[in-house]
Amino acid sequence: PYTTLFRSIKDGGEHHTPEYVARNPMHEVPTLEIDGHTLIQSTAIIEYLEESRPDLPKLLPSDPAARAIVRSMVETIASDTQPVQNLRVLKYLVRTLDRSDEEKQEWGRHWIANGLRGLECLLAKYAGKYCYGDQVTVADVVLVPQLYNASRFNVDMSEFPIIQRIAQELNELDAFKAAHPHVQPDCPEDLRTK
Amino acid sequence: RWMARPRTGAERFGLTYPGRLASFLPRAQIQSAFLFFSVRENCRLLDPAAMSAAKPVLYSYFRSSCSFRVRIALAWKGIDYDYRAVHLIKDGGEHHTPEYVARNPMHEVPTLEIDGHTLIQSTAIIEYLEESRPDLPKLLPSDPAARAIVRSMVETIASDTQPVQNLRVLKYLVRTLDRSDEEKQEWGRHWIANGLRGLECLLAKYAGKYCYGDQVTVADVVLVPQLYNASRFNVDMSEFPIIQRIAQELNELDAFKVHEHSTSPLPPSHWKHLGRVKQPKKSLPAPDLLLRCCWRDHPAAPCSSPRLAHILCYLGLCFDCLFG
Repeated sequence: PYTTLFRSIKDGGEHHTPEYVARNPMHEVPTLEIDGHTLIQSTAIIEYLEESRPDLPKLLPSDPAARAIVRSMVETIASDTQPVQNLRVLKYLVRTLDRSDEEKQEWGRHWIANGLRGLECLLAKYAGKYCYGDQVTVADVVLVPQLYNASRFNVDMSEFPIIQRIAQELNELDAFKAAHPHVQPDCPEDLRTK
Repeated sequence: RWMARPRTGAERFGLTYPGRLASFLPRAQIQSAFLFFSVRENCRLLDPAAMSAAKPVLYSYFRSSCSFRVRIALAWKGIDYDYRAVHLIKDGGEHHTPEYVARNPMHEVPTLEIDGHTLIQSTAIIEYLEESRPDLPKLLPSDPAARAIVRSMVETIASDTQPVQNLRVLKYLVRTLDRSDEEKQEWGRHWIANGLRGLECLLAKYAGKYCYGDQVTVADVVLVPQLYNASRFNVDMSEFPIIQRIAQELNELDAFKVHEHSTSPLPPSHWKHLGRVKQPKKSLPAPDLLLRCCWRDHPAAPCSSPRLAHILCYLGLCFDCLFG
């Protein structure tokens, strides 16, 4: 159970306000305040949850080599893909480099497709029902949000059959449904899932 | 006179130097002995568990900051490895060749072949080294909250900074978006400065002698390569006094030191040529390396001396058959 405090793009970006930057000096979301600590960076937060609460359902296998493979899938999305297509990079393209909206869309589409292509190869080797074998891992946790971004940039998903199959499986799970953007309290009315 | 003196021990088998063997042995045994003189043949006699002691292989590009991170981590932990250079520019980029892509489907460096696994992504590799070799010098604190803070510093560089200024993004800017070289430089400078600014705030809260307190952690391991990139893009470092101080401390450490022969730490097996740093102690393979003796095809008796066991492994002979 957690309480969400919302930050949005309006008003120039509430993530730039001094109160928020005191929590997250990178001017980013998410930030998690837990056990008296203020944690930033989603993958670091997830590893903390894994290590601080070993009795809860796990998101990483126990074998070091398996963990390395899951983490490499995670980094393929969380390092190689998402940071290159996130909001601040797109803003720089449009405002500083004066690119058009089509070029911005193409930029996002290109880098997401690039990352998913690499992930598809890894999944061809290691996937079972989910990204790594038949257990849900952090790789699945980072995949679903990236596919949400992929749909926003109109990425052609037909080249990624394994990813599509796994996404279908994951979207059946309660945890993934409850975290979807369109059921969040700060989701605008026109996008909200009824 | 030299030939007439009495021979004992290994000399009876002509093992003072290899060529003499033929003079002393019957043909069938010569053939089988020479067959097993090659280590590759001996591999099938070796204990599979001991084979995982085979040297790791690192595919790396000298200027890649991600490869630099893994080189530092391997040097910090004293893990020797074979270095295979993968040039990212020559011939269109050796990281696009089918043989390399079979190892690393992201067309990236570094890739580390270790313990029979092929691992990609520098931070995943470093976490693997940490978890699979808990007796070697650590790069993460033990407390989960401290680990989360170190990892958040790592991700500030490894996720928020480096991927936005790496080679393929710069190529896209120049080739597809038709940007000039100055705009490309400004792009790199902007994103590196942006990331270092965030890191400087984290360091103001948590740094001691190094990025997190007074122990070297993965945060330091990713910082130094990023500063190497920062210098290439002429980032103004005057806004980052804490980072500069920590970098000075880190550049005194052997594992981080830039050697005159390359822009990054060399594997420990090369250190003896430099004369400036101590060569780490090589650990010998386990004494029970050889499972079956080829001479009479019987189970090999274990040898107590590691050095002798190593020699016997190359010969494919057990102690009793060699000297008995």
